[in-house]
Amino acid sequence: MISEFFYMNGYGYYVLSSFLFTLVCFLGLYIITKSQLAKEQNKFNVKFGELNSEQVKEAKKQKIYKEIIAAEIYSKI
Amino acid sequence: MKFIKNYQFSLVQKSQKIVLYLFLIILTLGLFEALILSPQDYLQGDSVRIMYVHVPSAWISLGIFSLMASLSVMVIIFKNKVFFLVAKSLAPSGFIFSLVALVTGSIWGKPTWGTWWAWDARITSMLILCIFYLMYLIAWRIFENKDYVTKITSFIAILGFINIPIIKFSVDWWSTLHQPSSVNIFSETTIHSSMLIPLGIMTAAFALFSLLIFLMKYNTELIKIKNKGLDRL
Repeated sequence: MISEFFYMNGYGYYVLSSFLFTLVCFLGLYIITKSQLAKEQNKFNVKFGELNSEQVKEAKKQKIYKEIIAAEIYSKI
Repeated sequence: MKFIKNYQFSLVQKSQKIVLYLFLIILTLGLFEALILSPQDYLQGDSVRIMYVHVPSAWISLGIFSLMASLSVMVIIFKNKVFFLVAKSLAPSGFIFSLVALVTGSIWGKPTWGTWWAWDARITSMLILCIFYLMYLIAWRIFENKDYVTKITSFIAILGFINIPIIKFSVDWWSTLHQPSSVNIFSETTIHSSMLIPLGIMTAAFALFSLLIFLMKYNTELIKIKNKGLDRL
């Protein structure tokens, strides 16, 4: 039963390698994206932790999406 | 994120988990349907199962590029940088889907046509799409000037969009090895429901995956902006 599934009348090599390639690509992209996200989050936490109380107040006032996007949205993928 | 109570940001963060779980559930169901429940093709036998990863990947890569081109046009018209940020966040998953479509198509070609590759109109135009994705991603990495990178990436997306109808209609315009479309919106679909259902489920799973990657990339971009905001204090 299981060997029949893997054999697929002689097409198992083609079918399963296609599915495997797809899943490996998905997993690779997910891991890379997740690690980039975690890296930026950590960077943010470190920077925020270094702020003094005055800077924290200032940071809370920042209009992130209007002002900063307009000035500095450019970063490498 | 300790202090930023931003609706857009928190929505993006929360939706990631929901989309991930939905993707895993639908993918499991799709794989079960595609590899076990769906029938063999009368002509291609079990090799037809490659369709369940090849076709959704091709559809989604075309859809993402079309969206990126539309967003690039909107950037030029409305000068709204959020469109640009969305287009940039869509590009990596679009590239992966175009690569998956090419590679799985090549693997499918061997048992079906007897060759891994042919310079056929559909396959070649898909390769060109993949190259456009790559150019878009590379442009972000190599150009430092922010005005220049905006123009270059918008130009690549809009120029590459010319290729989209060529991919779609290549099988009608030229005599190609690649078969014509079996699933049509405006004319009769020539695929049996026993194959159409798994194809639909796998397409939904792949669409959810592209949404997941988009949300994660978009979130990363937002945090990068917040980091730059902190640098200015």
